[in-house]
Amino acid sequence: MIDIGLDILSWILLTLGGACVLIGGIGGLRLPNFYTRIHAASLTDTMATLLIFAGMMLQAGLSLPTLKLLAIMLFLLLTGPTATYALANAALLSGLKPDAETVTDNDKGHAG
Amino acid sequence: MYILVSIAILVTMVLALVRALLGPSVYDRVLAVNVFGTKTVLLLSVMAFLNGRPDFLDLALAYALINMVGILAVLVFFQSRSSAKERAESD
Amino acid sequence: MSLLNNKPGLQRGEASLPAVLLLLLVLAISWVLWSGLYKPLVLGLGAFSCVLSAYMGHRMGFFRHRALIDLLPRLPGYWWWLLREIVISSWEVAKLILKPSLPISPTVVALQAEVQGEVGQVILGNSITLSPGTVTLDLDQGQLLVHCLTSESAQALRDGEANRRAARLELG
Repeated sequence: MIDIGLDILSWILLTLGGACVLIGGIGGLRLPNFYTRIHAASLTDTMATLLIFAGMMLQAGLSLPTLKLLAIMLFLLLTGPTATYALANAALLSGLKPDAETVTDNDKGHAG
Repeated sequence: MYILVSIAILVTMVLALVRALLGPSVYDRVLAVNVFGTKTVLLLSVMAFLNGRPDFLDLALAYALINMVGILAVLVFFQSRSSAKERAESD
Repeated sequence: MSLLNNKPGLQRGEASLPAVLLLLLVLAISWVLWSGLYKPLVLGLGAFSCVLSAYMGHRMGFFRHRALIDLLPRLPGYWWWLLREIVISSWEVAKLILKPSLPISPTVVALQAEVQGEVGQVILGNSITLSPGTVTLDLDQGQLLVHCLTSESAQALRDGEANRRAARLELG
């Protein structure tokens, strides 16, 4: 009974992960400029990775593949933002202007 | 079910390739290649379960390492080139 | 250089032994996990690569960031909160992308990080990038520049929940 429940849960997670991957890909084509496309990429990089790896870990159960999956997922989630930051920062420094209004928030720092 | 997920990942890889070909700026292309790389890692992991061959997970980890270093290397290359161009223009 | 970085004990200091041992332990476990061979030659090669990696990390100044090992016990709670944030913002971004009218309102927010240490600031910047809908463009001396997909997510960021959580991560 519990096995069936875990099976269904893992299929739900995998399906949602596949949907997230697809939506991110569509967003990468639809969104109008570079800085907004990063958001679509981060949808596939974060959420889809989490969902698909969680689904596969449920399928594998307590075994060596689960540990390996966990290690790969942690590695992707720790290095993904670093690569994205390097990319966004390189674009900013090269003079590609974000097409957006700017809000500054400097008066909120209450150092204490 | 793994088939469905791998088809979704493959479609997204094709969409990322289209963006890499269309992309107006260099950074759009690098972003698309980055997406392509991380989706390859996902596809390899799903393949490991689809075919019941857990050793594919080792390939996925190796590809994740290579992809990360590769993207950073490409970015350093473009950054040093664009700053060199700036220096040449200001002289 | 030493005049600029004279915060005692926080960022720059001696390499801390517990951090070295922790890294060696993690490296050894991953080697044994991935190789699966227990011949003396293979294990010796593994020990050699672990020590070499730790030495290279030492040369890069990895162990001088003492803060990393101090905030390790509080990371799981932070990750649990971050996971909830990621799920909520992913749902928002997914809805946004699928709407035919594409109602985006890109906003750039300049934030002052409340957290003082370098490690905490990197964790804050990476968490902002990790959650869909917000991307850190620049991080310099605690000043963050964040690109948001909608003005609502920009407003949520300026309310400062992430900022407070990251600051609490360091203080305890």
